[in-house]
Amino acid sequence: MKTWAAHLAVLALLLAAGFLLSPYHMTNLARILVLATFAMGYNLAFGYTGLLSLGHALFFAAGMYAAGLPIWHAGLAALPALGLGLAGGAFAALAVGVLALRTAGVSFMIVTLMFAQAGYLTLLYFNATTGGDEGFALPATGRRLFGADLSTDVPRFLAAWAIFAVTFLATLALVRSRFGRVMVALRENEDRARMLGINPFTTKLGVLTLSGAASGLAGAAYAILFGYAGASFATIQYSILPMLYVLLGGAGTVAGPLLGAILMFMLIEAATEVTSAWMFLVGAALVILVLFAPKGILGALRTRLRGLP
Amino acid sequence: MAFGPFLLLALMEGLVTAAVLALAASGLALVFGVMRVVNVAHGEFFMLGAVIAWFVASLIPGPAWMAFAAALVVAPLAVAALAALADALVLKRLNYDPEATIVATIGLLYMLQQAALTVYGPDARPVAAPFDLRLQLPWFGYSGYKLFVIAAAAVVLAGIWALMTHTRAGLVMRATQVDRDVARAFGIDVDRVYMGTFALGAGLAALAGVLIVPITQAHYLMGGDPLLLSFIVVIIGGLGSLRGTLVAALVIGLSDGVISMFFSPTLAKILATLLVALVLVFRPQGLFGTRT
Repeated sequence: MKTWAAHLAVLALLLAAGFLLSPYHMTNLARILVLATFAMGYNLAFGYTGLLSLGHALFFAAGMYAAGLPIWHAGLAALPALGLGLAGGAFAALAVGVLALRTAGVSFMIVTLMFAQAGYLTLLYFNATTGGDEGFALPATGRRLFGADLSTDVPRFLAAWAIFAVTFLATLALVRSRFGRVMVALRENEDRARMLGINPFTTKLGVLTLSGAASGLAGAAYAILFGYAGASFATIQYSILPMLYVLLGGAGTVAGPLLGAILMFMLIEAATEVTSAWMFLVGAALVILVLFAPKGILGALRTRLRGLP
Repeated sequence: MAFGPFLLLALMEGLVTAAVLALAASGLALVFGVMRVVNVAHGEFFMLGAVIAWFVASLIPGPAWMAFAAALVVAPLAVAALAALADALVLKRLNYDPEATIVATIGLLYMLQQAALTVYGPDARPVAAPFDLRLQLPWFGYSGYKLFVIAAAAVVLAGIWALMTHTRAGLVMRATQVDRDVARAFGIDVDRVYMGTFALGAGLAALAGVLIVPITQAHYLMGGDPLLLSFIVVIIGGLGSLRGTLVAALVIGLSDGVISMFFSPTLAKILATLLVALVLVFRPQGLFGTRT
């Protein structure tokens, strides 16, 4: 009960923060919430189940294009497009998972990386349909939700917050369920979990599909809320980003991805006022995290404060 | 141009790709084989080799071949030193944990890319070829420098093979590869072997970068493609096997040349990446490796 209250308080705080901030920062917060949704999806696979993937950009982009292409070509509305994005991400993850989950560890990383790279190149190859490298802007008709125009600040923020909130609470419910404990058991000791009668393959496939669904939802939301889809969202950089957020905030914690996304965003924002070398910052953050704080901020806190989910 | 000569041209271009690729990929294979480290920053070492070659060439006056010869020596040594530093400061502290080192080398990739962008700038810049020789075939003229690249790569690879099979250093490296604890028990300084291997692998990538720069120009983002292709080659050749890597470099380089010329470079890369994913899934020991 206490845990639920704490997480609901986080959501309320985010909602209040959005309205207290300036319109510019409100839009930034909307962006952070969408990226944090993506990172929560990543966290299900990496943080809770120990599946270190380098291919989540594929799931993000699958959602983005599954939503964006019908809007662009067929004039679909935003709400069914979000559904398509979720399904697109889940399907991409299921298809990759069936093959990639036959491997583990380093091989799994490389296989997911290669599938994501093939997906990115495929987007470039069919540039007549996908817009290729330049991408496309989404028409205004596909950016209306319940009568509100998502290209204006307040509806955009509310939509981002709602999508984040649903994923956030769903993640919390999932990891506190029996299935969630099975996920952690697989991460901690796969052989022992197998002896207890758990089928590692189907469990991991289920997790990866859920993870892909959240990533696809985030990709679709990103395209619809910010009005642009492009192949650059399928590059390896967008596989690294959620990993960085999760590592920073704390792998295997529900609020970790959000914390990581906010902190990294603020760090880059602060750094760009001094220097344009933000890539250096991302790189240095990765190295420092893996060297000195492999459990992230909330992970380090959890070892002190027991009972953080 | 008729089909025959066109195919010949495609194969020759593919051979140049294969030669450069074999150098870069053997560095990656060496590091993976001996240290079990997947070095994601390998492509950036390649890029640094090319960029340092440009700096050396613009600093040294005189004939092009002198500047190029200097770059051939300076760039790999500088990159190897940098790699040794990265090994001591980061990889060793991670105790070479496979997954942690991947994350760390991704961080290294970003840092090196940003450093190159800041110091060298966003432009692609050429380095003059050491000599200007055109080989006139009946159907088309061909750059003599590209043939030199193939020869140079062959010589270096022969040197690496000799190093691994006929010297004490090679013996020590192979012993560490088989079992690092036993190697340590026999008095081998494993830390030094790792540092040397990482530096050697990086130096090979840098050397490939220097060799390619008169053909393609130096650019701070040029490391992406060689990284991907080296991964492909190393995996198809069987992770860590030097001989498999060479064969795979030839196969991938030649088919890349042919498919790129007759269809599209993007299609060639899609096919190669899918091939790798499937090889890893269904034949994890590589097409040419043996199951251990």
